[in-house]
Amino acid sequence: MPLLEIRNLQIDFGRPPHALRAVDGVSLSLEAGKTLGLVGESGSGKSVTALSIARLLPSPPAFYTGGEILLEGRDVLKMSAADLQSIRGALVSYVFQEPGASLNPVFRIGNQIKEALKLHRTGAATDAEVVRLLKLVGIPAPEARVKSYPHELSGGLQQRAMIAMALAPHPELLVADEPTTALDVTIQAQIIELLGQLQQQLGMAILLISHNLGIVGDLADHVAVMYAGQIVETAPARELLKRPLHPYTQALMNSVPSLDADAHRLTAIPGAVPRLGAFPPGCRFHPRCPRAQPACSETPPALLESEPGRWVRCPLWNAPALKA
Amino acid sequence: MTDPKMTRFINRLLWSVVTLLGTAALTFFLLNAVPGDVARVIAGSKASPEVINEIRARYHLNDPWWTRFALYLGQIARGDLGHSYVTDQPVSEAILTRLPTTVALSSLAGVMWMVVAVPLGVLTARFRGSGFDRSILVVATVSLSLPSFWLARMLQYWLAYKLGWFPVATFKSFAHLLLPAASLAILFVGYYARLIHTNMVEVLDSPYIRAARAKGASETRVLFKHALRNALIPVVTILGMDVAAMLGGVLFVENVFALPGIGTLALQSVFNLDPPMIMGTVLFSSVMVVGANWLVDLTYRWIDPRIKGGH
Repeated sequence: MPLLEIRNLQIDFGRPPHALRAVDGVSLSLEAGKTLGLVGESGSGKSVTALSIARLLPSPPAFYTGGEILLEGRDVLKMSAADLQSIRGALVSYVFQEPGASLNPVFRIGNQIKEALKLHRTGAATDAEVVRLLKLVGIPAPEARVKSYPHELSGGLQQRAMIAMALAPHPELLVADEPTTALDVTIQAQIIELLGQLQQQLGMAILLISHNLGIVGDLADHVAVMYAGQIVETAPARELLKRPLHPYTQALMNSVPSLDADAHRLTAIPGAVPRLGAFPPGCRFHPRCPRAQPACSETPPALLESEPGRWVRCPLWNAPALKA
Repeated sequence: MTDPKMTRFINRLLWSVVTLLGTAALTFFLLNAVPGDVARVIAGSKASPEVINEIRARYHLNDPWWTRFALYLGQIARGDLGHSYVTDQPVSEAILTRLPTTVALSSLAGVMWMVVAVPLGVLTARFRGSGFDRSILVVATVSLSLPSFWLARMLQYWLAYKLGWFPVATFKSFAHLLLPAASLAILFVGYYARLIHTNMVEVLDSPYIRAARAKGASETRVLFKHALRNALIPVVTILGMDVAAMLGGVLFVENVFALPGIGTLALQSVFNLDPPMIMGTVLFSSVMVVGANWLVDLTYRWIDPRIKGGH
């Protein structure tokens, strides 16, 4: 049994007839100790999917209108408020995009980490354990940092403190929602490396959400690519990076700046992610797709199994490329 | 003088003295400009011109006001607020005997304010847009538009005189304080419930609130620990400014309910045209306001660690 299994998840914002579907039939699966990368542009529904795992979306406006989210076999969508409270932090923990805004500005770092311990590992809620956690995430002079307020730390250290807080109760699953987006490029690499190290030491599973395929490729065993509320491609990370099948994944790959390639200019995907509720008919990517054909605007494509363990939402995946 | 804390303290102290001196000078000047002969008030309407002249000389009433002000300041510097012209009671004694009543009244009003305004603000923010939120909004808007003297009189008339639920006036027991404190609290509850509501709504949308929920904190903990402390930061600022308004309310409420506090003393001394007593109560109130603002600043620093003293 996988640690996390999302089946055909549907999330609407608002109620019919004004409901906007942000997540449309997403299925994901993550084994204990493994890393799943969830990739897509802003507005693709990846963060909404991630937040739904601990049911963190405020409702209203969000409504879970279909599907299941199984954590260790239990459906999160059917849990009581008390059950949710007991799994949040303990079974599934979160690291968010902006560490500066995600730490409470009026409490000391040490107290915020200790709170996570008090909530789920009461016996271990000691100063010594807090210092050990700060040391674990590589914060220098941890004894002094216990008393620091969030604004007294740099962005990189804030994110390390967030990670320490998230890992304090020994979660089975760490959801890292764009953990490096708000940080400097050099710090980004350090944080990703730290997450990898911690996973080896502690053995938790990671769901890594990012718009950057490069970052995901460094850490993930498996990758799912989302576009306009749907999964458009899912594959083992190595395979996907070597040979992306969906035109959107290919476009994403091309837009990652690379040091090896002798690129004179950055490539961007033309157009923008369609707004919620304004998804085009047929394939949602067709207006931006270089390989689009007349049929693409009519029939919504299904997820096809291109080879065992690989799925792609494009009937043309096997067709010869038109032009490089 | 390199210690910034010490510098800040001395700065603050100097400004407090300037504020108090300014208040004293202004009140003294206004008293001087008010029509009415203090000597005649002291001597009584049937006194002979000789007596009145004697009184004028004794109280330096013939000197220009700034000379008398200088004399008064010298007297205060020696810790002497003078004697009432009407009762001959020492002003400091009159204030101190009436202080407990005013302190009891304002503390009770403060407690009532906090016990009602804080939960209302927090819960209306949590359940914003609900029927509960909307009805509280209406009640709050009405309550903050009421003038204090009118509200105090209405509560007294209906709840005490007509229905007999509370004592009508004077201060003989704790029960006597309930209605006056309530009329004082109601004026601030509506306003602060809305203020806390607005700040809470903003704070509840913050990423750190989502992070607190993601940690597994209970809803009560999220609201009253993580959110409330942040939502109170702007409230504390406004609170400092409202201390003076609150003292104004005390003046009316004490008089309506005939409570023997500083407010009744102040009003009485104005009707009596009793300058030492007026100066004494005004100065005492100013010290209270300055002190309260000082306290608010300290609280502000404590509640928001991002604020470290200016340079």
